[in-house]
Amino acid sequence: MVVAERKPIEEILAMVADFKKVLLVGCKGCVTVCCAGGTKEVGILASALRIARKKAGNPLEVVEHTLERQCDPEYVDQLAPMIKENGFDAVLSMACSVGPQFIAKKYPIQVFPMLNTTFIGGALEHGVWAEFCQSCGNCIIHNFGGLCPIARCSKSLMNGPCGGSANKQCEVSPEIDCIWHLIYDRMVELGKVEKLRTVFPIKDWSTSRDGGPRKIVREDLKL
Amino acid sequence: MRLDYPPNVRIVNVPCTGRVDMLHLLKAIENGADGVYVAGCHEGECHFQNGNLKAKRRVAAVKEILKEVGLEPERVEMFHVAASDGPGFAAAAREMTERIRRLGPSPVRGAAEEDPLWEGGGAEAMST
Ligand code: SF4
Ligand code: SF4
Repeated sequence: MVVAERKPIEEILAMVADFKKVLLVGCKGCVTVCCAGGTKEVGILASALRIARKKAGNPLEVVEHTLERQCDPEYVDQLAPMIKENGFDAVLSMACSVGPQFIAKKYPIQVFPMLNTTFIGGALEHGVWAEFCQSCGNCIIHNFGGLCPIARCSKSLMNGPCGGSANKQCEVSPEIDCIWHLIYDRMVELGKVEKLRTVFPIKDWSTSRDGGPRKIVREDLKL
Repeated sequence: MRLDYPPNVRIVNVPCTGRVDMLHLLKAIENGADGVYVAGCHEGECHFQNGNLKAKRRVAAVKEILKEVGLEPERVEMFHVAASDGPGFAAAAREMTERIRRLGPSPVRGAAEEDPLWEGGGAEAMST
């Protein structure tokens, strides 16, 4: 899933400083699962903003709403009556950065991101998420025991480890596992460690961001 | 046991403090409570394993939010009081009431909501 984190409230308060009434929109997709922008987090942020502005003697009206997803136009369309009739000064989106962009594309109103979209990853345990994928556009993890050296090696080495690997830790930080250590262990476990003797060719990055923003077109699915 | 505790404390019963959500605490503050505290069981004595520890972490998270919005984090607190400990419960109520008296009324209450009878503040307690 897309993993995101709420911006500091101070930064958000500066964004809304001139406003009196805003629509705060959550997303029931990825950011609900990673507890950054679902119905609950919308409620918490709305309450924090109201408290801050009441305290400042300059109340802010925050209307809360959560969409099924913000990355599909049909859901973003559902905001139309609310935005039309309520005289909002701005929309605050609590989805990943796709959400605010979809809302901005559809409505002539200022839209602000409430989250920092951080990575594609998964939950290691309750409350802990880690990066697992960099969406390079051509998955090669089966060559590395199923582990991704692009997203999970600090240097994205295709032929690791580097000289900094020690005690299973990456030289960049003791908090980071050296993925090349894990790849080696995993290949031993699979009885395929000999494969690591082959030098992996230079990766073709044209499927990644090097070709500019990407698009997928599926004729079979078009309506 | 007949024990006195400050009358400004309003009690909200929950089955276990693990049920206390960050929103419960924030909403009380948003609606003008001068303070909110959670009275849960002692650590290691939760009937539902670790509800009190979860509540403690949530109280800590709400304190962070209060700091971020410029409010005294001491307005929310976690107390550990055994369910059968009446005197402990009354002591927590007194401690919180005294603390709030020191801090003064919540600045979140607008001028219109100013209570002329304020004498030490209203606190909400979430208790098992
Ligand atoms: S808008 Fe972003 S966070 Fe919400 S479902 Fe789509 S990708 Fe996930
Ligand atoms: S120590 Fe390991 S994970 Fe870190 S940069 Fe070197 S090979 Fe990559």
